[in-house]
Amino acid sequence: MRHLLSTKDLDRATAIEILDVAEDMADVATREVKKLPTLRNKTVINLFFEDSTRTRTSFELAAKRLSADLINFSAKGSSVSKGESLKDTAQTLAAMGADAVVIRHSSSGAAQVLAESDWIDAAILNAGDGTHEHPTQALLDAFTIRKRLHGGASRGRDLTGVTVTIVGDILHSRVARSNVWLLTTLGALVTLVAPATLLPAGIESWPVKASYDLDATLAEAPDVVMMLRIQAERMNAAFFPNTREYSRGWALTDERFARLDADTMVMHPGPMIRGLEISASAADSSKSTVLEQVANGVSIRMAVLYLLISGERKAVL
Amino acid sequence: MTARTVLQPADITRALTRISHEILESNHGGADLVILGIPTRGVVLADRIGAILEGIEAGTGTVGSLDVTMYRDDLGHQPTRPPAPTQIPAGGIDGKTVVLVDDVLYSGRTIRAALDALGDYGRPRAVRLAVLVDRGHRQLPIRADFVGKNLPTSVHERISVRLDEIDGVNGVEIDGVEIE
Repeated sequence: MRHLLSTKDLDRATAIEILDVAEDMADVATREVKKLPTLRNKTVINLFFEDSTRTRTSFELAAKRLSADLINFSAKGSSVSKGESLKDTAQTLAAMGADAVVIRHSSSGAAQVLAESDWIDAAILNAGDGTHEHPTQALLDAFTIRKRLHGGASRGRDLTGVTVTIVGDILHSRVARSNVWLLTTLGALVTLVAPATLLPAGIESWPVKASYDLDATLAEAPDVVMMLRIQAERMNAAFFPNTREYSRGWALTDERFARLDADTMVMHPGPMIRGLEISASAADSSKSTVLEQVANGVSIRMAVLYLLISGERKAVL
Repeated sequence: MTARTVLQPADITRALTRISHEILESNHGGADLVILGIPTRGVVLADRIGAILEGIEAGTGTVGSLDVTMYRDDLGHQPTRPPAPTQIPAGGIDGKTVVLVDDVLYSGRTIRAALDALGDYGRPRAVRLAVLVDRGHRQLPIRADFVGKNLPTSVHERISVRLDEIDGVNGVEIDGVEIE
């Protein structure tokens, strides 16, 4: 593995390896000294063209826990706002000697462009590109599910037979796409639920079931219910009449939440909009894994950084 | 190329029994003793030593494991290797006598990494080192306190330690070109 661009590229063995290494990284957070010397001579650059708190700070903490030097580079307040191209930005970072570049960009495929170009020789980590993929989020979701199900005996296991329902703005969600590929690779059974306007075209070819009816899907008692945020910033048309209409059909309301089985997990990648896609009591309940997801995100990103840049760099083919 | 057996299964058991007695003797008993194996085969040896200690003096066989992968100084010179789990016993290592256990002592770099790793888990009162085979060729000023067998080797030779729990057989073999 040289870059992490998409969960579609991960086979089951590689995905489980990442999750297992993350288990070891999670143990570091419980120690007296929460730091490893592993990436002491490496430089990681956070290249964020889009707003982010969770992902950026999570990568930052992960790099620092591994003793790497980290530079935050956000489009606001950089030469990008003066009109610099991705190519020039990348070459500048290459000249500074970056070992890994974590990139978030509003255009789908931006990370791929960087990885396939000869502008920069660093490992490229996709931290979200448009509506395409967000692989570390899917990995941390899979890790969270595995940990809740198997606890200390998680190592080496996949998610065979686990039923996952992903609800909400599938159309604009890179989290949903990354999760679909990763969770099905790991053997989980995924159902996507959304209003017809928020399901992408061509979904028949995805390895999932799709439904418009949240209540019918919840009646099948899924192991995991993952709520997605309505991405108003990517919506240039009216996809539903109004937010109340949406909430009535597709939000995890108090009433729907009360119907869930006792051990159902409620997940949300954040940021949550309470009252729109998820009720406050659902978000704060013991079924909710929201804060575990944040904590596990650091472990997953440590694992990915370790696996990508600690070893000998093989010659580029 | 030749391969010859230098330790038979019974030799390994005898060496571990002697090491266990030596550990208890040098520690003046089994108080505050923590045995930490270094993955992969050091963990198996630590478990065996723990069982023997338990047989000699009940309550002394506190065993764990200490992975040193993240502390190695050669990570950038070889393909990425996945780490192994570290299990520190519930009582921690502060103020304890920690005995590190590994199968072969060679350059000493693994033990250097282990000492660094240990420092991030706490402050032991003392750290000792037990190895099944000491083959020489140290690159760092490190020496073992308890040795199963001293085995003078050439750098061209390979020592393979096989343990039942991992390899299905017990034995230590040496193979490679013999210097005439």
